[in-house]
Amino acid sequence: MSEPLLHVEDLRVSFATEDGLVQAVDGVSFEVDRGEVVAIVGESGSGKSVSAMTVMGLTRGPNARIDGVVTLDGQELLKASESQLQRIRGGSIAMVFQDPMSSLNPVYRIGDQIIEQIRTHQPHVSRAQAAERSVELLERVGIPRARERMRSYPHEFSGGMRQRVMIAMALSCSPKVLIADEPTTALDVTIQAQILDELRELREQTRAGIILVTHDLAVVADIADRVIVMYAGRVVEQGTLDELFYDPQHPYTWGLLGSITRIDRDRSKRLPAIPGVPPSLLHPPAGCHFRPRCPHAFGQCMQVPELNARVADAPAHLDRCWLTVEQKRSVRQVDGQIGLASPSAVVS
Amino acid sequence: MARFLIRRGLTMIALLFAISLVTFLLFIVVLPGGNPASMLAGRLANPSEVQLISHRYGFDQPVYVQYFKTMANIFDGSAYSYQSSFNVDDQIRQGLPTTVSLALGAGIIWLLVSILFGTLAAIRAGRYTDRVLTVLSMVGVSMPPFFLGAVIIFYLGYKTSILPINGYVPFTQSPIQWAYHLIAPWFTLSVLFIGFYSRVLRSTILDTLSEDYVRTARAKGLSPRRVLVHHVLRTSLLPIISLWGLDFAQVIGGGAILTESVYGLHGVGYLAAQSVGKLDTVTLLSIVMLTAIAVVVLQALVDFLYAVLDPRIRLA
Repeated sequence: MSEPLLHVEDLRVSFATEDGLVQAVDGVSFEVDRGEVVAIVGESGSGKSVSAMTVMGLTRGPNARIDGVVTLDGQELLKASESQLQRIRGGSIAMVFQDPMSSLNPVYRIGDQIIEQIRTHQPHVSRAQAAERSVELLERVGIPRARERMRSYPHEFSGGMRQRVMIAMALSCSPKVLIADEPTTALDVTIQAQILDELRELREQTRAGIILVTHDLAVVADIADRVIVMYAGRVVEQGTLDELFYDPQHPYTWGLLGSITRIDRDRSKRLPAIPGVPPSLLHPPAGCHFRPRCPHAFGQCMQVPELNARVADAPAHLDRCWLTVEQKRSVRQVDGQIGLASPSAVVS
Repeated sequence: MARFLIRRGLTMIALLFAISLVTFLLFIVVLPGGNPASMLAGRLANPSEVQLISHRYGFDQPVYVQYFKTMANIFDGSAYSYQSSFNVDDQIRQGLPTTVSLALGAGIIWLLVSILFGTLAAIRAGRYTDRVLTVLSMVGVSMPPFFLGAVIIFYLGYKTSILPINGYVPFTQSPIQWAYHLIAPWFTLSVLFIGFYSRVLRSTILDTLSEDYVRTARAKGLSPRRVLVHHVLRTSLLPIISLWGLDFAQVIGGGAILTESVYGLHGVGYLAAQSVGKLDTVTLLSIVMLTAIAVVVLQALVDFLYAVLDPRIRLA
């Protein structure tokens, strides 16, 4: 493989607000290849959605400051003109949003909303042809009686069905990259599984690269090839799915993994959680952003660790933590599983 | 659909009945203070004359009989003003074309201009255009028609003779003269509504802009113009339309008292002003009923339009 499909390098996004400058994304780099699913994981406010939306130019505005390089098939996107971006949005890059209940326009029919996108990008396609293609798309994402349902309004659909419509719409112009921003968060677990199947199948069929933004590690384990963990605007760890789940290097990742409910968990104990709350991006803590919540923090953590490969034989497994690999492997074991030690346990 | 019409029709009738009852009790029974018969008979009348008049007009009958008689007279066009002894329905019918002309022209102007101003202010929110429009709306909302009208008549009518000073020319007589005579009243009446409506629309658009489906529309690669017109304005116009229905109905029912009086337009509002001055309760009652009917009918039309514009709303 030569050039990656989507290349993001040192992306920085900040917003001027009434209270001051918010550094929402602080130096994020990643690549997405054809047919690859890259998951971006983090808590609310970690900058994962902003990173994804910036790729499509959706965060542009008078109060936003965006730096870095984003290229799609060699084309630079951050400096692209608004009209170039319009062709890319919904064309080469499509996006599926978190809340299917509110992401479709309530006053237009489902079919018309898909047709609108097709005809925007392919003006030579007739309305009838676009309608025909919309029916096929709806059938493909598993909407029964698709031809009739074209005339339905969004409020006549359930959440899962609407998300399928959103996916059908995103696929309408055969995008090279699909950005799915928490596509299953608002859905029931059974519907979640169906939507993930849909994404998986789509990846097989179209070889599109998928960026999956989520805070749900179960979803990540299910579908992702590579994982990027973000915390307070920075990437704290990234690597393959196996590297992250079986040899996580950053205490924040341990915390995330430790707070998953597991079927083999000791039920008499409380579900572990990471103590504290994510920092305000207006006044982020000095040094490592995770330092105030980290039970393993020490003097060196006042300096920001570089995002480097620290594990031998894993050049693509990067993390931002000053601890040595040996230290990490010993302190991340909590009750026989990977987790973040409680602060009191570390002191005593 | 039929069910909607029937149910709506019944509600409207019930509402009109309630309005007529309350207004009747206020105007005929409570408000004038004293026997209307003695007022009609004049200051020098003797008791037997007063009693005669009382009997002839039915003031000696129970209140509910008076109510039904008065309402019957108003609706079959045989109500006479006690003070001026003219036929009330004739008076209203004479004033109505003037008032409808004023309402139609002004209604269209204030609707279109406020959509333009509101949209412009919203998409330029926080910038220079928005600030200028905000100040203009404040000026518009706080500008009383009698002042604005007087200024226009003095400078454009009296000083420079660009516009006629007052009067009304029927549309059937000369459409051009009709419009020429109405330009100033239309403008004067619109100013207040434009100020108010464009503020409402601005904030509705700003709310809609942050909706998820607008983000979806942008993510689909639609042009900013298409996003604005198809996805933002379509839903943002709903509150404006219901406001418009109510205000338009009010003007039809003689609500533009100040504008009509300043420009000497002998419409329903002018008639209302005259009647208030003379405590002409029968005429006032008739005008209130006209307003009530206009409001109720336009409200039904607005509801119908809502259902057309927003499929989530069902007529039932």
